[in-house]
Amino acid sequence: MAACSVEQLLAKAEAEEAEKLNSITVKKELDLEFDIGNLLAFDKNRVEVAVFRQQKKDEFLLALARDNTQLLINEIWKQPTERVEEAIVAKLPDPVTPLPREKPPPKAKPPTKWEQFAKLKGIQKKKKTNLVWDETAKEWRRRWGYKRVNDGTKEWLIEVPETADPNEDQFAKRVKAKKERVAKNEFNRLKNIARAQKGKAPGLGLTPKAQQSKDELARAVSVAKSSTASVGRFQDRLPKEKPPKNTGKKRKFEPLIGNFSNEKQKQLELLQVMDSKKPKMDITKAVNKQMREEDREEAAAKYKKGAGKRGRKGNMPGKGKGKGGKGKGGKGRAGGGGGKGRAGGGGGGGKKRSKPGKK
Amino acid sequence: KKPKTKRSKRFLESRAPKLTENVKTAMIMKGGNTSQTVTQALKDIYSLKKPNAVLYKKKNITRPFEDSTSLEFFSKKSDCSLFLFGSHNKKRPNNLIFGRLFDFHVLDMIELGIEKYVSLSEIKTSKCPEGTKPMLVFAGEAFDVDNDLKRLKSLLLDFFRGPTVPAVRLAGLEHILHFTALDGKIYMRSYRCLLKKSGCRTPRIELEEIGPSFDFVMRRTHLASDDLYKLAHRQPKALKPKKKKNISHDAFGTKFGRVHMQKQDLSKLQTRKMKGLRKRKGGVDSTEDEAAAAPKQVKVES
Repeated sequence: MAACSVEQLLAKAEAEEAEKLNSITVKKELDLEFDIGNLLAFDKNRVEVAVFRQQKKDEFLLALARDNTQLLINEIWKQPTERVEEAIVAKLPDPVTPLPREKPPPKAKPPTKWEQFAKLKGIQKKKKTNLVWDETAKEWRRRWGYKRVNDGTKEWLIEVPETADPNEDQFAKRVKAKKERVAKNEFNRLKNIARAQKGKAPGLGLTPKAQQSKDELARAVSVAKSSTASVGRFQDRLPKEKPPKNTGKKRKFEPLIGNFSNEKQKQLELLQVMDSKKPKMDITKAVNKQMREEDREEAAAKYKKGAGKRGRKGNMPGKGKGKGGKGKGGKGRAGGGGGKGRAGGGGGGGKKRSKPGKK
Repeated sequence: KKPKTKRSKRFLESRAPKLTENVKTAMIMKGGNTSQTVTQALKDIYSLKKPNAVLYKKKNITRPFEDSTSLEFFSKKSDCSLFLFGSHNKKRPNNLIFGRLFDFHVLDMIELGIEKYVSLSEIKTSKCPEGTKPMLVFAGEAFDVDNDLKRLKSLLLDFFRGPTVPAVRLAGLEHILHFTALDGKIYMRSYRCLLKKSGCRTPRIELEEIGPSFDFVMRRTHLASDDLYKLAHRQPKALKPKKKKNISHDAFGTKFGRVHMQKQDLSKLQTRKMKGLRKRKGGVDSTEDEAAAAPKQVKVES
């Protein structure tokens, strides 16, 4: 008797439990994907389109939404809870779905001169209170700012030190010293800002590198020479140093109406060169020069590529630089050939004598 | 521009790029020609997104898919990174363009056409208070399969999720937005959930439709290229969780670490005592035994 009643009780309890859980369980083929941090649930289950079209759309959607919401709520209720001011609050984990940012992440500011020094020495920032007790005024005064505790300029009595001139105005002296300190502080602040913003490279060859080519060194020397008050006009030259090539002006034109005899001479020379059968441009020399230049460009591109790969990935500076270099090289080559041709045989002649080999 | 007052400085700081960003605000605007449906729809979405939204009253005669410069200008002025542009013309009736920006340049834009719309005012039930963080549910495998729908899901999530909070009041989980992708259309419904008593701790949910209901059809899209998308997702290094050295987890989740000990005096180690090997006070035999025993001990212990 007692045994069957116990069994009955147990069966009843189980049935009750199942009923309770029934109300909150939802049967789904595939489990939903949850992102509790965003209160997000994603249901991937298929819905037969035919079934959907048969029923009334809103009711179907309502039922689907109810099921999905039930599952989401079940998940949220599994989170740890705590009581905050008479409300039960569930702690949410961090959101999982990656979403794009609004703005790019901020760049780290370079440390100021003081910050560098403090890091070096290991000086920690000590938190100070804003207000300090002032004995003379018997109240709390600021440590810095308006009506502060130790304001040197606001003293009403200054003892004249023995070493000082008796006619000197000590109050004015203090005010002047304060102004100078303020100006120095401002100057240092601006220097810090300038240092932080300085990303601009001073120019090829001016920053010392490990391997500097002859051109870069020559350019550095010329820049250094011309950075004087008289733009390098009165700078002495070393014994074997050649006079600087005119790197600024690219072309120099003769004045229109000047030396008539000079002009006549030039025209006659031009005609002579055009008549002669000998080519103005030495083809082998030109080809060799071009080959050397190409080799140099390839080597530079390879080096840049290797350095770029090892460093940050991003735009491909090697490719861009290679393109730019090749473009420059092409233009330079054409300019060199054309210039040579023009000087001797005129534009048409120069063009005809195009360089053999790669274009 | 340098700020001259503390207030302007705070304003500029709130707009500057930060490690953890502010909530994304949306700007809701009208195009050259809008129908009653579109204006009502914009107003409803504005009320869903309050207070993180601005609703512009005037019409802006621009076409976002052709020229996005005016959108970018507006976003720079109002510091909004999401936008909703409503328009209506014969070719594209009842058109809504959802979009987001990265660094004040357009990232994604998706055009949705409203096929059926029931507004907030037409459904006469009590509404949720504004500013509640809604629960979002996306249903339909199409959201995972189709690329455009994947981006749409991410865009809608970005649009409608509220601020990221560390904890949420359990009784305040009232609002739910449900998106279903079926049959080529996207159905958006907004419900209020009532937590009913069930036998156990987790309540049973009953839903009541409150908010605007939309039947969308996807029209044009302008999605960001893969590298721009990746660039927009770059997180600063400071946000990555700091790894504690020496702690590692294996496949089962067991925590492993290395414990370093000082050098131990092995003669003072607590080991099992063998009575026979113990030191005894006494004569030669015992000392001999000791002598014999001692090296043994030493060997064992070292």
